[in-house]
Amino acid sequence: MTTTSAAERPTAPKRGIHHQPPSMKVLVVKILLLAIVDAVTVFAMTALFFQRDWLVLTIVALATLLVNVIYLNPGMLPAKYLTPGLIFLALFQVFVIGYSMYIAFTNYGDGHNSTKDDAVAALISQNTVRVEGSPAYRVQVVEGLPGLGLLATAPDGRVLVGTAEQPLEPVDPGAVTMDGQRATAVDGWTSLQLQDVLQRQQEIASLQVPLSDDLNDGFLRTTDATNGYVFQSTYVFDEDADTMTDTVSGTVYRDLGEGQFQSDDGQVLRTGWQVGVGFENFLYPFQNQKFGEALIWVTIWTFAFAVLSVGLSFFLGLFLALTLNDPRMRSRKVYRVLSILPYAFPSFLSALVWLGLFNTEFGFFNEVLFGSADIPWLTEPWLGKFSVLLVNIWLGFPYMFLVCMGALQSIPEELTEAATVDGANGFQVFGRIKFPLLLVSTAPLLISSFAFNFNNFNIIYMLTRGGPRMAGVDENVGHTDLLITLVYKTAFEAGTRDYGLASALAIIIFIIVAAVSAISFRQTKALEDLN
Amino acid sequence: MSIDIDPIATDEPEQAPRKVVQPKMSFRKWARELGWRHLIGIAVVIFATFPIIYVLSASLNPTGTLTGSNELFRNLSFENYVDLFSDPRRPYAAWFMNTMIVGIATSVGTVFLGALAAYAFSRMRFTGRRVGLLSLILVQMFPQLLAVVAIYLLMRGISDIFPFIGLDSLIGLIMVYLGGALGVNTYLMYGFFNTIPASIDEAAKIDGAGHARIFFTIILRLVAPILAVVGLLSFIGTTSEFVISSTLLTSPDRLTLAVGLFRYVSEETNSNYPIFAAGAVIAAIPVMALFLYLQKYIVGGLTAGAVK
Repeated sequence: MTTTSAAERPTAPKRGIHHQPPSMKVLVVKILLLAIVDAVTVFAMTALFFQRDWLVLTIVALATLLVNVIYLNPGMLPAKYLTPGLIFLALFQVFVIGYSMYIAFTNYGDGHNSTKDDAVAALISQNTVRVEGSPAYRVQVVEGLPGLGLLATAPDGRVLVGTAEQPLEPVDPGAVTMDGQRATAVDGWTSLQLQDVLQRQQEIASLQVPLSDDLNDGFLRTTDATNGYVFQSTYVFDEDADTMTDTVSGTVYRDLGEGQFQSDDGQVLRTGWQVGVGFENFLYPFQNQKFGEALIWVTIWTFAFAVLSVGLSFFLGLFLALTLNDPRMRSRKVYRVLSILPYAFPSFLSALVWLGLFNTEFGFFNEVLFGSADIPWLTEPWLGKFSVLLVNIWLGFPYMFLVCMGALQSIPEELTEAATVDGANGFQVFGRIKFPLLLVSTAPLLISSFAFNFNNFNIIYMLTRGGPRMAGVDENVGHTDLLITLVYKTAFEAGTRDYGLASALAIIIFIIVAAVSAISFRQTKALEDLN
Repeated sequence: MSIDIDPIATDEPEQAPRKVVQPKMSFRKWARELGWRHLIGIAVVIFATFPIIYVLSASLNPTGTLTGSNELFRNLSFENYVDLFSDPRRPYAAWFMNTMIVGIATSVGTVFLGALAAYAFSRMRFTGRRVGLLSLILVQMFPQLLAVVAIYLLMRGISDIFPFIGLDSLIGLIMVYLGGALGVNTYLMYGFFNTIPASIDEAAKIDGAGHARIFFTIILRLVAPILAVVGLLSFIGTTSEFVISSTLLTSPDRLTLAVGLFRYVSEETNSNYPIFAAGAVIAAIPVMALFLYLQKYIVGGLTAGAVK
């Protein structure tokens, strides 16, 4: 680390020295930028206000206030320079870490996406049937700021308007345009013409406008955009008893605190809500043995992949550096430039390039090198592991080669000479002098390379998507999966997305990487002390 | 790990002074001492360059399948390059532009935010300075990659309020990347800022320059090399990032190259490969050209860091 500590530089200016009044131009620019920031945040705050998201609203308001104080106050110089970066850091680095930890302790995921109120509303509105014999409303599809809505003329002549979120409410009769018995337009809303109605048929058919605040009362729906009928849910929510009743079968579902409605015989309604589940996500591998075993294999493979990738590419790079480090060799530079090409090739493309080479049916390896063989390079558990390692070494060795070359050249020639004078042969000089010195100087790079490969998502996901899939495990876990690809697959590719479990896995990765880095950095300190 | 831009370290030490006039070697001696080195060199060069040659050949092959690509350089045509730009379901040009926009915006933003912070840490003394520097390193231990789930959910929440900076928006993606702007980069810059003597600042101050003028017109120019390095590292890192961009971006014309090409080639490897190869060559040429052009400096930077 190239840190010069503060104490070594006594000339550093003291705080509060810069107090020249700013020039007019600077002031104008500053106020203009602040105005833009404020305008954006005020807009955000308005939107938050309408969504009644008080917590976030307060945070945004406080942050805006703080930014204004910092930039309008003549002092607070360090803050002026640090704030822009810190805002992004706070939101997209610090907050998301905290949020990950929070999610890891919840059942967030498909079927548990939102609050209980939302889940109740969804259950009720997803299971509606037309109430036989109910009076027909005459409706007009309208659109306003809140989205699509229905302008309904009740059988008793009242005119109402509402959307999926806002229950029907009476409108001022003066604002309505009537066409016979049917209201066709109202101020503040645009009536949809026939053409629009045809275009947005599906959207209109799925529109359900609640009759009142209590969703149990029913909804107004239309299929032809002129007649509306009352639909009622087959599910009734009893707020006092906290139960959901299926009126068709008569089953009563209760909230047992697990974020879902369960009947006494163990049936679960599919739409649930988000609740804290304690350590359940962390305990899941222990409770579900197949998954637990798969997870152990994945962890072992992740370590093996990272260690082998770093180790093999380091030794290949070192070997190459030693081989090509002979000053008598001509065209050394040509070899060097050509062999570091993989490092220059954009890394996100490399894996895809190899994907073509490895293709079982048509790839170059099987067709040309192995004479039309059908070697399953990427779809057989062990071969798949071999293939991803090969590609990763291809990607990694040029870097190691460059690093080793630089490190070797920086070892003073006198050491070699002194050792030779003392009678050491070439191997001894290398093994006892050069190699330890090399290891000391490259150790930090090896550690960070390990940490990088531990989470080397791209190469695994692009080559094998973690596959081939392990047999006998319900979850989609593959033989070449790293922990990080497993996180991604659990969160975004599983049949039911499970954000909670994915975040728990991410935290486990973090703990492993942090522990390994801490231990190995301490070890390298010890190495340095030895010399 | 740090990268120092040291002009002296960038050139590999010339061995000229020690080069004695070489007596002509016998073939046997040559084979024993140098020949095998050449053999290994050639083998490694083949290993290193073959996939790149293969993709170049595939991109020039007009047969339109992977099978045809196995005969290296048998037929040559630019058909695939033309096809690449002609299918609207595969808007390569848009992907390329998106990648450039995201890469350039992120690297410029990273350099700017990082330089501001590094200036504060290097030139000002305030409470929490040391703690701040340390926590920047610590926070980086948790790569954004691991928080991808939380980032996705956060952006989904932002989408409800500001659809244009939430999911499926390049601005949103750039903002997420800027979350990693401080950190290792700031540390690199901080080290470099410290090598600029504070007396320069003081001289300017005596002449009546304010802090902003000193920063923007004097310091930023003096630290230009590290700004270039950080910008380049950030550009390379951003353009090859896959996880976050693939979760945030969904519509076909908003994708970056990494996500777009991956989806395209993994959809149907055999028949899509030649066109992918053309796209890969076009994407790789500027990067490789830049790399080879800057090779000396990058190598110098890496090794200087390694031997610190």
